[in-house]
Amino acid sequence: MTTRIGVVTFPGTLDDRDSLRAVRLAGAEPVSLWHRDKDLKQVDAVVLAGGFSYGDYLRAGAISRFSPVMETVIDQARAGLPVLGICNGFQILTESHLLPGAMLRNNHLHFICRDQKLRVENAETAWTADYETGQEISVPLKNIDGRYVADERVLDELEAEGRVAFRYLDGNPNGSLRDIAGITNAEGNVVGLMPHPEHAVEPLIGTGRTDGLAFFTSVIKKLVTA
Amino acid sequence: MARVVVDVMLKPEILDPQGQAVQRALPRLGFDGIADVRQGKRFELEVEGPVDDAALARIHEMAETFLANTVIEDFVVKVES
Repeated sequence: MTTRIGVVTFPGTLDDRDSLRAVRLAGAEPVSLWHRDKDLKQVDAVVLAGGFSYGDYLRAGAISRFSPVMETVIDQARAGLPVLGICNGFQILTESHLLPGAMLRNNHLHFICRDQKLRVENAETAWTADYETGQEISVPLKNIDGRYVADERVLDELEAEGRVAFRYLDGNPNGSLRDIAGITNAEGNVVGLMPHPEHAVEPLIGTGRTDGLAFFTSVIKKLVTA
Repeated sequence: MARVVVDVMLKPEILDPQGQAVQRALPRLGFDGIADVRQGKRFELEVEGPVDDAALARIHEMAETFLANTVIEDFVVKVES
């Protein structure tokens, strides 16, 4: 049976097509999900793709978090459904309180678009098992609200529990506390990060690296062996 | 109709680069003597019906769950006369 991975489209989502494509290239069946539809179409995992859902009005991710599809995503994520939030998707996950902390305007106030080196800090989540802990990867980063913040207690807790999944290397691009690029929940099924693995899955595109593909193969393997 | 104002500000410990950019621009424009600027959001709610304790409790709940993200922001609810 083919693994089915859903990708949610909100008004203002930009990277849903690339995410669907990444799912297909990794070997799963991509399924489009719609923000007004509570039905997740029996997918085995969900990707919240990047973009500017609801125009980032109020705060990035703040309005999407209350959309019909998110009611189901939040319930199912708490029950163990693998959910990956990329960029705006990460912002939606923090606004949903599925992941702790919040995203704020980059400390230098500029939009960034570049390839970004990351270190994989936790290769045991549903979305990172095909990496090795300590592995260095490079994927595109493009955002203006990418500064991860949380209070010291939460940051210490994340560090102590190995829940910092990715850290920025070769310079912090946005002022994120402790160079955090991505985090996971305690169970390892919900992962959020600002950089874009779905843009680094084909040798023909960008820098020619396919460092992002393992996100998608990780979750497929996890679901097949589950 | 009564107006209720919700002011939302970043918590004091959260860096506000937008406020800093405004503060740095002030001397250039001839406005001296401003040591710090923090930028926030103001919501003006036109309330149907009386602004009683129940209405204020609902607005407080609205501010806490939606208008502000209490991970990074504080809010104040004020009734305008």
